[in-house]
Amino acid sequence: MNFYATKISDKGDIAVDDTLLVKDVLCTAGSNILQGFTPLFSAEAVTRLVSVGYTISGKTHVGEFGLDLVGEFSNYSEKTDTLKGAAAELVKEGKVKAALGVDVNGAPRRAASISGVDFLKSTYGTVSRYGVVSTAASGEAVGVYAKDAVAVGEIMSKIAGYDSKDGTCQNNEFEYDYSATKDIKGKKVCIITELYEKCDDAIKAKIDSAAKILEKNGVQVDRISSDIFSLAATAWQILYTAETCNNLSRYDGVKYGLRAKEYKNIDELYVNSRTEGFNFLTKAVILYGSDVLSKNRYKDCYDKALRVRRVVAEQLAEILKTYSAVLTPACSAAEYSAYNIADAFSKVFGELEFTAIANLTGNPALVSSGVQFIGDYYKEGDLLCLANAIERMGE
Amino acid sequence: MGYEVVIGLETHVELSTNSKIFCSCGGHSSPKEPNDCVCPACSGMPGMLPVMNKRVVELAVTAGLMLNCEISRYTTFDKKNYYYPDLPCAYQITQLNHPICTNGLVTVKTANGARDIRIKQIHMEEDAGKLVHEGKFSFVDFNRTSVPLIEIVTQPDFRSAEEVLAYLNKLKSMFRAGNISECEEGAMRCDVNISVRKEGSDEFGVRTEIKNMSSFEAIDKAIRFEAQRHIDALEFETEELVQETRRFDDVTGKTFAMRNKETEADYRYFPDANLMPIIIDDEWLEQIKAAKPVEVDERAEEYRAEGISDKEIEILLDNSKAAKLLDDVIALGCNAKDSAAWILTDCAGILRKDGQSLNELNISAEKLAAIIKMVANGDVNRNSGKKILIAVVEDDVDPVKYCDEQGFAKKVDSSAVESVIDKVLSENTKAIEDYKNGKEKAKQALFGACMKELKGAGDPALIRTLLDNKLQNI
Repeated sequence: MNFYATKISDKGDIAVDDTLLVKDVLCTAGSNILQGFTPLFSAEAVTRLVSVGYTISGKTHVGEFGLDLVGEFSNYSEKTDTLKGAAAELVKEGKVKAALGVDVNGAPRRAASISGVDFLKSTYGTVSRYGVVSTAASGEAVGVYAKDAVAVGEIMSKIAGYDSKDGTCQNNEFEYDYSATKDIKGKKVCIITELYEKCDDAIKAKIDSAAKILEKNGVQVDRISSDIFSLAATAWQILYTAETCNNLSRYDGVKYGLRAKEYKNIDELYVNSRTEGFNFLTKAVILYGSDVLSKNRYKDCYDKALRVRRVVAEQLAEILKTYSAVLTPACSAAEYSAYNIADAFSKVFGELEFTAIANLTGNPALVSSGVQFIGDYYKEGDLLCLANAIERMGE
Repeated sequence: MGYEVVIGLETHVELSTNSKIFCSCGGHSSPKEPNDCVCPACSGMPGMLPVMNKRVVELAVTAGLMLNCEISRYTTFDKKNYYYPDLPCAYQITQLNHPICTNGLVTVKTANGARDIRIKQIHMEEDAGKLVHEGKFSFVDFNRTSVPLIEIVTQPDFRSAEEVLAYLNKLKSMFRAGNISECEEGAMRCDVNISVRKEGSDEFGVRTEIKNMSSFEAIDKAIRFEAQRHIDALEFETEELVQETRRFDDVTGKTFAMRNKETEADYRYFPDANLMPIIIDDEWLEQIKAAKPVEVDERAEEYRAEGISDKEIEILLDNSKAAKLLDDVIALGCNAKDSAAWILTDCAGILRKDGQSLNELNISAEKLAAIIKMVANGDVNRNSGKKILIAVVEDDVDPVKYCDEQGFAKKVDSSAVESVIDKVLSENTKAIEDYKNGKEKAKQALFGACMKELKGAGDPALIRTLLDNKLQNI
């Protein structure tokens, strides 16, 4: 299977998802609408890696704008029976040391979970979003796929840090700590029973096994109940569709990318280009987002979702006062089979409960060994150490 | 019973900044070619993020202070969604929920007296681009996209076109003095909300909005036309008034309704997550306050106190460059009244000869001050000073050096002048006689002869005084 949308170098050690720009290399974000689009600059994360000696191997396939489960709705990749993420598979096969991805809706985390590699969605604002093909600016984050926590930490430490080109970048004085090998003895972790119950047996087994290993390493594992994950899913569903609707409106057939061949006036140019340019899932997201932003719905949907965002963040912070991390699944199943595109919207929304909270509140989330750790702001190091302990015991 | 016209104004003002509001593109005030001042950000390419231009905030706050507004300490941006080819992202970044300034007040004066105009709010936003239509094709020019604007929204407090014009002229003077905007044609655009009611009524009539006018003349005409149209509709039932958006046609001098489609859009405003809320703390606000130029009215009073004429004050308030130059030469120790004449009469005269206006004046305050002082100290006479000024304005020479080269600065003391006068008098006994017989002209001839003898280096006032003395003693 070809994982690359565009191959750049056989010697490359870093793959880059096609939702991040690499200067002068075709970038479509998996969409027809960006047909033939070649950016004039590279994403800041890419520039930083190249500047310290890494080489980019190529651009990996993503589902259109990264909105699907794991990348199944790219307009450029082959269809398969079982769904896998391109970048995650490349890492798993050892073809690259690491890959960069954009997490707006959990797709890279689900892909990492299924392929059995690591993916870290960083704390919002720690990695510049300059050069991200943006969908939902308030929650999207650049993250790193790698074979293990140590490798994730190595790459993260190269891309994190203030960038004046992104107004949402954190201007922190402190050094980010991504070392994965510190002692975890005495730490506390909690499992959310509601999420655990929603998974298939294979995922449950992974959570159980992770819990067991952590306990062996002196970590206290509690099971607690919380409804904030489902609240977060609903709120993020409203916010990310609205923001995506807005951010994708620039793809209008006027300036670059696809322009429909048939049109009689400017309205037809817009409508026909966008009809041909976007797939079903993207259109569904745009319509949903447009609806929640409309005059009649704004107060009940968008405005309320913003308030829920704050409540969820506060309650998650409360949990994280006691626990170093929440241990949850990243998806409901250990494997996804191909499905009908007409079901895409409900499939994707159905999986949001596991991932949305990290996008909604900006907390970091690390997928490793098929499970997910969600932690406090800037405490990626804690998550990497927990994951590292499990990875070493597995060997 | 008469009718009362009620008007509210939304005024867009282009800010004088070096770069655009959310990117570092510059030169947008005088682009050479279409799409000259464009980058991936202001042309709506994926991957680019807006980054706030701090100067825009400072200018908006300064404008708010000038209009006596409350300055928001927490201000945010929102996105306004609509599709148009000149809007590259298909949304405009503007301020809806937390505008930068609110609740201002400005007094306008007309022949009918003064009126307080309440300012509802001032908000920051980006401009859109421009479409150029040629035959079958339309071209998009993004030079103007993301150029910073402030929109100043008033309450419906105007009662006449005169008041509206007085207000706009006042804004123009203030903003020029404050270097907020050049306010040139097109850099100030107005939407006028207008309704008419019976005098004494408290209720507002049906309101129409006339969109996007940039010349004061058009605004004046449009208001007069529209007010009369409303009055006719009420008085003679010529038509039924509906709330709508209209355009003013310069050629016919009439307003006409725009298509409904253009006015009924749902812009789906929502907060822009790419721009963090801006916090204006005490320290920053104090800095902006300290840098704020003196108010127009206050400044006019200062000039008047210095003996500068009303006519000159009017020119100075309208021309920030000349005003700045005047302030600078005064700061260098020159007399205000003299300096105003040097700038507004002499400099302006030199420029006029070359078909230029005061705006194109390019002289350093130091050089001008040097000339003014040379003349004031009597080192050279005013005529020579003027010659030096011409050389400085046209060739940017060093005034002192030039003066030496041309021999203007030959210092002539009073004893030298006296001996020259004695010489002239001894050679012109006839003229002395004529003068004694009452011919004033004869004295003028003697004065001219002295001047000629001194080759223009003598101080005319001194010569005149000494000559008078001598003549009286003969």
